Amino acid sequence: MTVATYFDEMSYGPAPEADTEARDWLARHKSSFGHFINGAFVPSTSGKTFDTFEPATGKRLAKLAVGDKADVDKAVAAARKAQVSWARLPGHLRARHLYALARMIQRHARLIAVVEAIDNGKPIRETRDIDVPLAARHFYHHAGWAQIKDTEFADHVPVGVVGQIIPWNFPFLMLAWKIAPALALGNTVVLKPAEFTSLTALLFAELAAAAGLPAGVLNIVTGEGETGALIVDHSDIDKIAFTGSTEVGRIIRERTAGSGKSLTLELGGKSPFIVFDDADVDGAVEGVVDAIWFNQGQVCCAGSRLLVQEGIAKLFHDRLKRRMQTLRVGLPLDKAIDMGAIVAPVQLSRIEALVKKGLAEGAELHQAQIEIPKSGSFYPPTLLSGVQPTSIVATEEIFGPVAVSMTFRTPEEAVQLANHSRYGLSASVWSETIGLALNVAAKLAAGVVWVNATNLFDAAVGFGGKRESGFGREGGREGCYEYLKPKAWIGRKARVLPNLPELKPVVGDFSAPAIDRTTKLFIGGKQARPDGNYSRPVVSPKGKMIGEVGDGNRKDIRNAVVAAQAASAWSSATTHNRAQILYYIAENLSGRADEFAARIAAMAGSSAAAARAEVDASIARLFTYGAWADKFEGAVHSPPLRGVALAMPEPLGVAGVICPPEAPLLGFVSLVAPLVAMGNRVVAVPSEAYPLAATDFYSILETSDVPAGVINIVTGSAIELAKTLAAHNDVDAVWAFGSDELSATVEKLSVGNLKRTFVDYGKATDWNDRAAAEGTLFLRRAVDVKNIWIPYGE
Amino acid sequence: MEKARIITASGDGGVVTAGSSPARLVDHARTNGWPRNPGMELDLSWVLDARVNLSAVERRVASLPGRRTVKKDAQAAWLLKAVTCIDLTTLNGDDTAERVKRLCAKAMHPVRQDILDALGMGKRSITTGAICVYHRFVATAVEALGDSGIPVAAVSTGFPAGLSPHHLKVKEIEASVADGAKEIDIVITREHVLTGNWTALYAEMQDYRRACGDAHVKAILATGDLKTLRNVARASLVCMMAGADFIKTSTGKEGVNATLAVTLVMLRMIRAYEERTGFKIGYKPAGGISAAKDVLNYQFLMKEELGREWLEPDLFRIGASSLLADIERQLEHHVTGAYSALNRHPIG
Repeated sequence: MTVATYFDEMSYGPAPEADTEARDWLARHKSSFGHFINGAFVPSTSGKTFDTFEPATGKRLAKLAVGDKADVDKAVAAARKAQVSWARLPGHLRARHLYALARMIQRHARLIAVVEAIDNGKPIRETRDIDVPLAARHFYHHAGWAQIKDTEFADHVPVGVVGQIIPWNFPFLMLAWKIAPALALGNTVVLKPAEFTSLTALLFAELAAAAGLPAGVLNIVTGEGETGALIVDHSDIDKIAFTGSTEVGRIIRERTAGSGKSLTLELGGKSPFIVFDDADVDGAVEGVVDAIWFNQGQVCCAGSRLLVQEGIAKLFHDRLKRRMQTLRVGLPLDKAIDMGAIVAPVQLSRIEALVKKGLAEGAELHQAQIEIPKSGSFYPPTLLSGVQPTSIVATEEIFGPVAVSMTFRTPEEAVQLANHSRYGLSASVWSETIGLALNVAAKLAAGVVWVNATNLFDAAVGFGGKRESGFGREGGREGCYEYLKPKAWIGRKARVLPNLPELKPVVGDFSAPAIDRTTKLFIGGKQARPDGNYSRPVVSPKGKMIGEVGDGNRKDIRNAVVAAQAASAWSSATTHNRAQILYYIAENLSGRADEFAARIAAMAGSSAAAARAEVDASIARLFTYGAWADKFEGAVHSPPLRGVALAMPEPLGVAGVICPPEAPLLGFVSLVAPLVAMGNRVVAVPSEAYPLAATDFYSILETSDVPAGVINIVTGSAIELAKTLAAHNDVDAVWAFGSDELSATVEKLSVGNLKRTFVDYGKATDWNDRAAAEGTLFLRRAVDVKNIWIPYGE
Repeated sequence: MEKARIITASGDGGVVTAGSSPARLVDHARTNGWPRNPGMELDLSWVLDARVNLSAVERRVASLPGRRTVKKDAQAAWLLKAVTCIDLTTLNGDDTAERVKRLCAKAMHPVRQDILDALGMGKRSITTGAICVYHRFVATAVEALGDSGIPVAAVSTGFPAGLSPHHLKVKEIEASVADGAKEIDIVITREHVLTGNWTALYAEMQDYRRACGDAHVKAILATGDLKTLRNVARASLVCMMAGADFIKTSTGKEGVNATLAVTLVMLRMIRAYEERTGFKIGYKPAGGISAAKDVLNYQFLMKEELGREWLEPDLFRIGASSLLADIERQLEHHVTGAYSALNRHPIG
């Protein structure tokens, strides 16, 4: 091409980013890397290696070590050894280390960006302008948290040694999202990068060591799924933080069940991108480019489901197709492209197969007719329109540059279609009417909502999903808690389960009998007989039968969940209203305090004074949550844009509660009240041994204006009912306090819809200790934080 | 979509339909022969429907320089193309005939011949797109440019504030056309936009278009005065409906002149107008584009948002006075490999 031809054609021509330094770095390591353990690169113990390839060319890039058990053990041991000293460092000194990492990333920004582009296949523009700057920002932000941790999180301590497993789509950014908060808050790390994209993690380790990060604080073990499994299963790891597919997330949930490991999962999505007829249509079209043709669509929060208001659907699609035609796909190091290579041939085949299925199911295909490199893993920008909700491409995450589109008629229908998904990661709403945009944003089941924007990220703003998109938040204050544990829970001892007394035979006499009382279940605001029509005796410590309660079964749980789901108005009730009702419950309980105290004493054999103290503590606890109901507020984050991100605590939905065996009334109140205060609806299973305090309680609920279905009570076998609740796919959370078997069972069975679980691993809580048994520790677990990004401007 | 009814600008009541072929207009040498925009009835619902999200616009223009770039020969070619789109401008109170003649000489020979030769472009006729002056110097410029084919553009209608009596504005246009101006850069009455008086803006613009006759009319929106992008979008649409051949950002005298954000909005309106009527409207950013690397971003936006056709001088002009000097230095650097200096290139 000559100047004259360019002058006539006005085409762009090649604009390659130099890769000399990146290739030199590989050459310095002889294109071969070990693990980074205890401050140095070491070969794998087994000597086993695997190859990593360059997606744009298919050429081998480097040889990496396969992490096996000995390697993971070494890394965990190094992290364990370093953790004590690391956590003991004053916050300011940890802050200096994180600050140094941030500065170091900035100094080597271009090298990191180029290595990342080569290794992953994504455009240099994205690594250079987005991934690396955001990663540096993450370390700066968390250097700040390290600095102020001791005062801001005074009642928390680090979790300990954290195992982190990150994906291949944002190798360096996800590394920053994982490492920065973990280290800032005093944890040490064993991180496994994705097998396709390990290089920037190794480069980071090298640079971090040079920046003076103490040995053992950060360890990188490379390898494939088996290595990840070794980390997940490791008994000396306190927490697993995983970003990746929902499928693997489920496996991790199952494998860590009952282990006591803290867990955060950031998983897949099928995020809606909603365009109303009053949107800036051109802006929204450009938004689609950033939503689904960003990083080749290999983005967990990609706006992959376009929902367009019917009246503008033709205009929108015409403009979108025109825009697709100006996208450029090319080599990752070309500085004038929009899309690079798909990470690996296996992903490419998956995309092709899904699109084929979509077509077979009636979707209409539109692909940009643009030049695409002949070799390497490339896929053109693709739009599937006229997709019906029944089609696989409407429900499955494609994880490629493929948008699917449907239309809607009204805002209600938009919300309904948007939320009709097993996922709940993110959403985009496009409308120039503030009332409409914010109303829809509030109603979307997603952890992140962007108003008139998409794929905005910042270290100060929590990121994470609802439903099967996982749990936990990364970024901001909400993200810090994922790497901390409450001081008040340290040293909890294994629970001593109460001995169930044996029922002694009774001989009747001729004295006046008390009128027989039948205790029922409480479902949907009504007393209900158990479905199976069996009863269980409640026996005093002396062996006397105090009463009988219904032996609830799975159908009772089903009915209770239906009732709780129907009570969804509670979740949008005003916080003042919720507070009033909690106070009113307390008021009515106080009126019958003596009766409840007597009941507790009779069931548990406790002294009258102790029983009375439990009732009084329950009344106070109800007051606590009445108080919190309108005070547990969100935050206004200030990301670097002209606008705000609102961090809004939202109820989880329907929560199952397995009450602790002890403290029949206070245990029940301590778990139910925070959930209800935050707008959740509850299906509670009272203490198996002492259920009558809870069943007596339903008459209090009936007189306290609690709407039907908000609190449901099903008596019976704790473990059996817990199984049904944990496996129920329309239950959003289960809190279970009791045996360690109960905890393990609940966590294991929660995988169906990846519901939030809150369990005690058989550790006893002192329900009278306010620091351990009430307040924000519980409230935080009763909500999900949704971040709504609202850019300003006219 | 139903085809818009188009009223010819002569106002004779004749109606043509978009997509049919109105008579080609006589134009200067470098036209691609696009049919001239005859205008259309004022469609107020379209105007009021225009919506622009500022943050979305900003994100697009912020990411653009990272998405598109040209290097080496391609860059030289693009810069040379930019030269052909420059309306080489002098609009100062101290302008004189001799000053204007000097500028005309530069317009005819904007780049040193040895540089053009080295670029392999020595045989091409590379001139600026036009010379842009006040009415007083139109005749001077027309004479100085002779048969070079370079049109003279006159700023008009009480430039820059546009607050002279309406009949005088129309007379001013007619006088410049009589003196040989082939292009008239009019300024709109900003008050009409700021008060939402779209019918007044439409009527005024129609009068200007009529007064221009065969001369092309560029509507200067003075976007720095309009403040909001929604105002910019609406004013763009109204001016195109009233028959503007070009829409132009600024006089160069407002506090804020051409920006990429304003450009993106105006280009999208041009695209929407073509979408609906089939007519291509030209675009002219003016004021503040003084560096070669800046003009490239404008060119990228033109190509990405409107297409290849909009990179030629019949649909793209750049109002600038010092931009050319920077492009000359870049071109010399491309040819020699050494950074250049202003005094190595003839003054304009």
